[in-house]
Amino acid sequence: MIITQKKPVEELLAMLDGVRKVAIVGCGQCAAACQTGGEKEIGEMKAFLEEKGFEVVGTVLPDECCHKLLMKRELKALKDSGAEAIVGLSCGDGVQTVADNVQLPVYPANNTMFLGQVERVGMFNEYCKMCGDCVLGSTGGVCPITKCAKSLVNGPCGGQKNGKCEVSPENDCAWILIYKRLEAIGQLDKLGQTRPDKGYAGVAYPRHINLREKK
Amino acid sequence: MSVLEKALENGQFAVTAEMAPPKGADFTGQLAAAQLLRGKVHAVNVTDMQSACLKASSLGLCIHLKQAGVEPVLQITGRDRSRMAIMGDVLSAASFGIDAILALTGDHPVVGDCKDSKPVYDLDSVGILRMLSRMEESGTDCGGNPLAGGAPRFFKGAAVTPVYEPRALQINKLRQKVEAGARYIQTQGIFDLEQFRGFLEDVEKAGIRVPIMAGIIPLKSAGMARFMNENVPGIAVPEEMLSRLDAAAAEGREKGVKGLPAKLGMEMAAEMIAQIQREKLCPGVHIMAIGAEENVPAILDMAGVRIEE
Repeated sequence: MIITQKKPVEELLAMLDGVRKVAIVGCGQCAAACQTGGEKEIGEMKAFLEEKGFEVVGTVLPDECCHKLLMKRELKALKDSGAEAIVGLSCGDGVQTVADNVQLPVYPANNTMFLGQVERVGMFNEYCKMCGDCVLGSTGGVCPITKCAKSLVNGPCGGQKNGKCEVSPENDCAWILIYKRLEAIGQLDKLGQTRPDKGYAGVAYPRHINLREKK
Repeated sequence: MSVLEKALENGQFAVTAEMAPPKGADFTGQLAAAQLLRGKVHAVNVTDMQSACLKASSLGLCIHLKQAGVEPVLQITGRDRSRMAIMGDVLSAASFGIDAILALTGDHPVVGDCKDSKPVYDLDSVGILRMLSRMEESGTDCGGNPLAGGAPRFFKGAAVTPVYEPRALQINKLRQKVEAGARYIQTQGIFDLEQFRGFLEDVEKAGIRVPIMAGIIPLKSAGMARFMNENVPGIAVPEEMLSRLDAAAAEGREKGVKGLPAKLGMEMAAEMIAQIQREKLCPGVHIMAIGAEENVPAILDMAGVRIEE
């Protein structure tokens, strides 16, 4: 899931300087789960903006904000609303997908944080850096690219203290997690295997995947 | 062949001293200390923004040292440089006659004093060693393109932390460093020679053959030692040393004499070095005096260590 977090409202208000009529677009997927763009948050945002003197001329809550054709359909609801700007309560992908469909400024109400696991309601952990070349098969299913602050692929640095990362004592050393996991599943031999250093030629962004391309 | 390589190969007791470049553009303090170290150590090992705190570059001080007739070891971390930048620096280093390198992963910027700096880590210590070995073997750069005039050769080293749990994980990484081309190893500061002996036995059992130089940190006070115990990974100053330092501080207060703990720290460092050499525990030491490099000759004198030139 794409984990988002609300921006400070001052930041949003600064973006909306000079705007009077706004529309709000939420997202029923990740942002709803992150409590940044669901029905409740749209309602709160509407009340907040109205209190600040804006006229909220429309709200839309699509199933998912990152689907271009779906958004084209959903945004028709705002066509004659007179909105001068749209406030996007989604991830950065959603905000841009909304912008792809309208000729209005679209302002993000959220910061897009990471691709993460929902540990439980309201608790999110970064789990994948989308590096484009998954190594989990050799690391016991623990990602060193994401869980090691240095994304080390050849084992730990010397920076752990009592199993915790030098960068944040809240975080376990990824390589100790990997070691324990490999031990538990009987794959410690994989620790000794040489891993190729990550290359970055294949991950020059922006990337595109087209399943329709003829082979 | 680098001076350090020659010393280790000839079975001499190898000695290196660590030195940090200045936080600024004035290198006079470093160069004065370097003159004191001349003829006392095989090489001066120059840190690459240790603890992720900004300093002048390692390459800069290495060039100064080389030109002043002191053999440098270029420390190079993966923290701030991509593989291209590392290779570029290494090629420049070679042009100045710098022929020894220590490859490190590097402390993360957020633990340092320029926290907004982007962590690079394109390559870690193993990756750097592997890249340089490949360069030497193939005469090509990090993209596989031929280097004009062939590749320079370096005496390449890496670091290890003997106080580490689980030890097997650290030894596994050590093996990878050696397989990637590390020909000498220096350790994090050690304070317990029995613990170190156990570590070396495990390295031996793992079938890893590489000269390991013991890291020696002359303690300046009990406070410094306690701070390191709390905050520096891999450092474990035993209680016995702490109480000796405490006693020295108390004695100093009583007699109104300053600097007794630092003097004791030098003596304890010398005791360890002497014992390491006497018992042939390992083939050399790497002294990290942390800003007090001028004390290194006295420590070596006390330890009875003289390098053959």
